[in-house]
Amino acid sequence: MAKLKLAAYWSASCGGCDVAILDIAERVLDVIAIADIVFWPVATDFKYKDVEAMANKSIDVCLFNGAVRNSEQEHIAKLLRAKSKAMVAYGSCACFGGIPALGNFNCRAETFQRAYIEALTNVNTDHVFPQTLVKVPEGELELPEYWDTVLALNQVVALEYFLPGCPPPVELTNKVVDALASGQLPPVGTTIASDKSLCEECDRIKEDKKITRIYRPHEITPDPEHCLLEQGIICMGPATRGGCGQRCIKANMPCRGCFGPPPKVIDQGAKMLSALTSIYEADDEEAIARMLAEVVDPAGTFNRFVMSTSMLQRKRL
Amino acid sequence: MRKITIDPFTRLEGHGRIDIFLNEKGEVANAYVRIPELRGFEKFCEGRPVEELPRITPRICGVCPGAHHMASSKAVDAVFHVDPPPAAKKLRELYYSAHMCHSHIAHFYALAAPDFVVGPTADPATRNIFGVIDKVGIEAGKEVIKNRAYAQNIQEVIGGKATHSVCGLPGGMSKAITEEERKGFEEKAHSLVEFSKFSTKIFHDMVLGNKEYVDLITGPIFTMRSYYMGMVDANNKVNFYDGDIRVVDAQGKEMARFKPAQYVEYIGEHTEPWSYLKFPFLKKVGWKGLVEGDDSGIYQVAPLARLNVADGMATPLAQEEYEKMYDTLGGKPVHATLAMHWARLIELQYAAERLLELCQDSEITDPNVRVIPTATPDEGVGVVEAPRGTLYHHYQTDKNGVVQKVNLIVATGNNYAAISLSMKKVAQAVIKAGQQVNEGLLNLIEMAYRAYDPCIACATHSLPGQMPLEVVIYNDKGDVVEKLSQHCSF
Repeated sequence: MAKLKLAAYWSASCGGCDVAILDIAERVLDVIAIADIVFWPVATDFKYKDVEAMANKSIDVCLFNGAVRNSEQEHIAKLLRAKSKAMVAYGSCACFGGIPALGNFNCRAETFQRAYIEALTNVNTDHVFPQTLVKVPEGELELPEYWDTVLALNQVVALEYFLPGCPPPVELTNKVVDALASGQLPPVGTTIASDKSLCEECDRIKEDKKITRIYRPHEITPDPEHCLLEQGIICMGPATRGGCGQRCIKANMPCRGCFGPPPKVIDQGAKMLSALTSIYEADDEEAIARMLAEVVDPAGTFNRFVMSTSMLQRKRL
Repeated sequence: MRKITIDPFTRLEGHGRIDIFLNEKGEVANAYVRIPELRGFEKFCEGRPVEELPRITPRICGVCPGAHHMASSKAVDAVFHVDPPPAAKKLRELYYSAHMCHSHIAHFYALAAPDFVVGPTADPATRNIFGVIDKVGIEAGKEVIKNRAYAQNIQEVIGGKATHSVCGLPGGMSKAITEEERKGFEEKAHSLVEFSKFSTKIFHDMVLGNKEYVDLITGPIFTMRSYYMGMVDANNKVNFYDGDIRVVDAQGKEMARFKPAQYVEYIGEHTEPWSYLKFPFLKKVGWKGLVEGDDSGIYQVAPLARLNVADGMATPLAQEEYEKMYDTLGGKPVHATLAMHWARLIELQYAAERLLELCQDSEITDPNVRVIPTATPDEGVGVVEAPRGTLYHHYQTDKNGVVQKVNLIVATGNNYAAISLSMKKVAQAVIKAGQQVNEGLLNLIEMAYRAYDPCIACATHSLPGQMPLEVVIYNDKGDVVEKLSQHCSF
């Protein structure tokens, strides 16, 4: 059998997804046995022009991590799309926008004002901002333009697969390796994770208790055996797809939703709001008002990783 | 004027880029190291509950998320005026020692070793981690993978996930460790101590045993004199997790020693219109432009700077190697940029030894790892030494603990001016009038860069810890005459 051709790429991301690939450790050697890595800027020396020179659909699988926030990233996403038979949104940023998409609560001007003018340590009396084109004594220098809005990968190109997680767990990355090794790729459109919600998979004891108060994570030491939500801590489990291995919950911390919504749920934030209102004992207006006051930053909490693909998408410009 | 740009991917985003302008004689007139991306964490953290920042800010960088997690955890302690119990602090330091091991192992073997073990002017196709494994042998390669995985595993057990851990919160840690977990950690720590010794031996055999490399390390083109900054403990020993920040001048004399909360008095940030990254400098000396010397407020952070500001290492094997380095390189401070790699291995040794000490601490399995905060939250600063240098997180909140303002000075950011100066100096030395610029010469430029292990993900609050680079050369008319691509292998 001819060796497979694989590519991996980062876009607007932190690098954690590339580390996640390395975290499959010695299985990297299995991958190299069955496949040639034709493009992976982190680990190999192939260039952008090498990708341009490839025939369309000549890459078997491309793992693309990171959100898209400028024209260059859009360009390479489209280029890799054309060259790849199957493209995987790898990690929460590519799938839903991820943490960078919290930037959709602001716009470029606000972000620049904060970074270059307001920050306490700035010494910038002339109010200098980075410019896309600058004349220096020796010539001209260009910078790419910063977009107002962060997009998820499937808002830019069509995709075959989604592998969520911030970062994706080793077990799920290994599933991709297994699929490649066996030649059995899942049906197009598959999210490589669980089809259940995290809540359904959770090992913690649930007693269908109502709550009368919401605690922030630092305000209470939760019992490690019982449901965090039933202890009053906002845990995104009911509104989040499973398959993560309950990583945060096992560290006795609540889920923040990095796997995105479960199957058939359109909006993760709306789903969480619905889950919270059904568990919170609020029969009168006063109790409802109290509950609302106790949820600090609902938009940023319920959409922590999914602003780009949420119904909100961004603050109105 | 001719202009040279180093960039692997034309117009591609998020990569470091060097633009080199040549004069009419074909010599380097100026060089600009530029960072083309900003991610805006300081803005979008506003409005978030402050206790969530230890879970949000690590996404600044997936290569050193543990550093952001710890700096942020310390900052939120300060915001709530809460002092975590002793076991929580020790557990954080244990976690963080494992993090430093992971990061320094990844850097040395994947990033630095290709230059020294395979060779600075070797065929780029072999100048990568696989080339290193070829040279040191597959068994040694497996040791690298195994020990890095050990360091990751310790973080995962404590923090839920190795990357983007969730254990730190105001007042301490989310859970204690069990005796069984401690035992597992202790075994791994023993392995890491031995592996650090092995790594140091490789450096001695393959680098210090080679006169050509030693001349390169100690030669003038890789020398960069500046102020140095780093964190020290009460005995002025290197500390990654806690202490005062100490600054020494190019002669090694202390010019400042301050508490994390005082950082605004000492550090300023300068903006240039041609980069998204700001240039931090010492306020007491001032920003004098991108110039070297005692009158310039430019300072360096990261392994060599940390060793230069400290009086030594707090563990025996690391201290022994520390003395060896300064004896070999002619005393303190050392200004040889490439000595950064040696310093990094000394720190790896320290991190592994400290990890083992903490694994054997009688208090480390104490279940009391949380204090519930009771004070009204307002403002706090948290500082740690990230693998790539001093990392500052500063949060201001309303009385409900909702974030109003965030200021971040990240490890690589501190080094931006020094990196720019180092690269310009190397470019001036290697690019000569009328001489063809080849790949090997460019790699020398890049080696200056790589020594700092710049983490552009951190710096732009965008990319992982390794840097593809594009060099574009412009002539005195401003036309691009050469465009050379260079990739720093992971």
